[in-house]
Amino acid sequence: MNKYLIKGGTAVFADRCEVCDILTEGNKIVRIAPEIEDAEAETIDAAGLHVFPGLIDMHVHLREPGFEYKEDIASGSAAAVRGGFTQICCMPNTAPVCDNAAVVGYIVARGKEAGMCKVHPIGSITVGEEGKQLSEMGKMKEAGAVAVSDDGRPVSDARMMRLGIEYASDFGLLCLSHCEDKSLVDGGVVNEGYNSTLAGLKGIPRAAEEIMLAREIILAETLHKRVHICHVSTKGGVQLLREAKARGVAVTAETCPHYFSLTDDAIMSYDADTKVNPPLREAEDVAAIKEGLRDGTLDCIVTDHAPHHRDEKLVEYNLAAFGISGIETSFSLSYTNLVLGGVLTLPQLAEKMSAAPARILGLEGGALAEGQPADIMLADLSESYTIDSRAFVSKGKNTPFDGQTVSGRVKCTMVDGSIKFRE
Amino acid sequence: MLKKDLLGLYDTSAEDILTILDTAVGMKKLLTQNLKKLPHLQGRTVTTLFYENSTRTRCSFELAAKYLGAGTVNVSASSSSVQKGETLIDTGYTLDAMKNDVIVIRHPMGGAPHLLAKHVRASVVNGGDGMNEHPTQALLDFYTMREKFGDFRGLKVAILGDIKHSRVAKSNLFGLTKLGAEVTMYAPATLMPQGIEKMGAKIASSREEALAGANVVMGLRIQLERMHGGLFPSLSEYSKYYGVSEDLLHYADKDCIVMHPGPVNRGVEFTSGVIDAENSKITEQVLNGVAVRMALLFLLVKNRQGGEKNE
Repeated sequence: MNKYLIKGGTAVFADRCEVCDILTEGNKIVRIAPEIEDAEAETIDAAGLHVFPGLIDMHVHLREPGFEYKEDIASGSAAAVRGGFTQICCMPNTAPVCDNAAVVGYIVARGKEAGMCKVHPIGSITVGEEGKQLSEMGKMKEAGAVAVSDDGRPVSDARMMRLGIEYASDFGLLCLSHCEDKSLVDGGVVNEGYNSTLAGLKGIPRAAEEIMLAREIILAETLHKRVHICHVSTKGGVQLLREAKARGVAVTAETCPHYFSLTDDAIMSYDADTKVNPPLREAEDVAAIKEGLRDGTLDCIVTDHAPHHRDEKLVEYNLAAFGISGIETSFSLSYTNLVLGGVLTLPQLAEKMSAAPARILGLEGGALAEGQPADIMLADLSESYTIDSRAFVSKGKNTPFDGQTVSGRVKCTMVDGSIKFRE
Repeated sequence: MLKKDLLGLYDTSAEDILTILDTAVGMKKLLTQNLKKLPHLQGRTVTTLFYENSTRTRCSFELAAKYLGAGTVNVSASSSSVQKGETLIDTGYTLDAMKNDVIVIRHPMGGAPHLLAKHVRASVVNGGDGMNEHPTQALLDFYTMREKFGDFRGLKVAILGDIKHSRVAKSNLFGLTKLGAEVTMYAPATLMPQGIEKMGAKIASSREEALAGANVVMGLRIQLERMHGGLFPSLSEYSKYYGVSEDLLHYADKDCIVMHPGPVNRGVEFTSGVIDAENSKITEQVLNGVAVRMALLFLLVKNRQGGEKNE
């Protein structure tokens, strides 16, 4: 049985950081104490490193089945452990759509076969993500789905969404809503504002996101059900969530590193690696996203990891695919911009990137504690490095952060007591 | 010293703009003397790569190149080939391999010329890209204004029409503000883009306010597809509330000129009385367009010769 002794690292707990030793045996953390000696265990010298609970990303795109030229479950989960993630949840916009137990089962099996991190499928809310008929949520849950979402093709019909939220709740499944009123998007490709006019690119108004976000809040409130809001990008969205939470609405929300690390000034290069949905917004939105993370309005950080082939990005901005390959830069960008930026403490960062997603989806893990799964990430917070997309493990090299210098480098990722990545 | 490409006036200096306009003066002189077989670009090739229909801009570039002795090639890409088939970058590689000196590109999407320019050695001229810029149209507009008024400082320019989708309005705004002119814009709220006032434009709240004291009254073509897209209800409603008639023109300076990038929808943006009035420069703009494009092509190629002596 695997036995590791992680020695001398600074462990990041929910309420403090403390130098201590952590002993894992099999797939569990068995002991945490100031000084542990164990002759049988293999020692991992963590002196100078920080020990985090394994990161959990509840919003990624692994592209398999159907788009393996962009990414597959093996490459995506290998990229995930490179980024410090021990559990990832993949969206259903594959081909075929993950709208039935067979596809859910396939993804679970492929995830196990890859043997990197834990891969949890998210089923679709409606068949084919077409917004017309509910997917077989009960069967998908039994096959291993951890939530439901129509992600990039949001349920536009309010009645259908209401039914989805209600029916999913019977199986303890949470609806994750990508909020986008397509009629307002109307072919837009960047945030509508000064820069869209300057670049001559069609804008996506913030209202497109906020109108559907408001709808989901009202549905959650009137139905007394939970709902989760995907990748919040606007100041107005943060405000709607803050007010809803103050009223006691059972709504949770996520944001992504690019929404607190970058403004839409980046689009002026016409580099399609800056094209993402929702789009990069303005400085006041970035400030509001940070404030939302700080005050708890935004519960967690996800990557919305959206790998694409280079041919899908090396075209006119309008024709390029939306999305950023983000899973290998998420921790460093979050640490650099949020912790070094004075927004979050280390325990709060661990909460946003591990404990909160575990709690929201009812996954085990998310904390360093005896009896917990041995899902652990080690990072050197003193190390700075320059992001180089060519070195990505992911097939998707599409990042607007190429060449940027960041701090906090993932050094080791352990999943269920086995080392899956070590630098 | 001009850059390798002319992609827009947002990143072109006032000095470069004036150099082009100065050079165009001589070109126009030659043109009006009917000297149309000049040696300036002999042995050079100019390709027009148009992903959008155009008669006047394409014709203007082609004649400008021919009058200067360059060989010209016209490539028309139907809009469907934008969606599938050869990518823009690959088309650029192909044209480059054939030793083109200048590629003039028109494209329905903003930033396409910038993408092309990054991947080719030829000089790229933006012949209009989506809602972004149409720098040579603005340059010919400036030429026309300078011919009449001599100077840009303090010049009041009113631009009326579909500002939101207009690359002409933006290129004019970027250039005119650098040259010291004042730009006032007026459009239905559905056709006014965000943030334009931060780029230096004044937004008028009525036609009268926009026109008040204007030295230049510029109309923009209204596309029928905007009406079908629901951005305004009908052409007659548009002309009634947003068009310019002879009566309204009295609000402008008595010595004003009327301009339009064409083609004009008679009775919509302007009444025929305005279009055909003595102070209308709409036809003169077309001639000036050839002169300005001759100047631009000449300067870009002259620039290249400096760097390519051994070729």
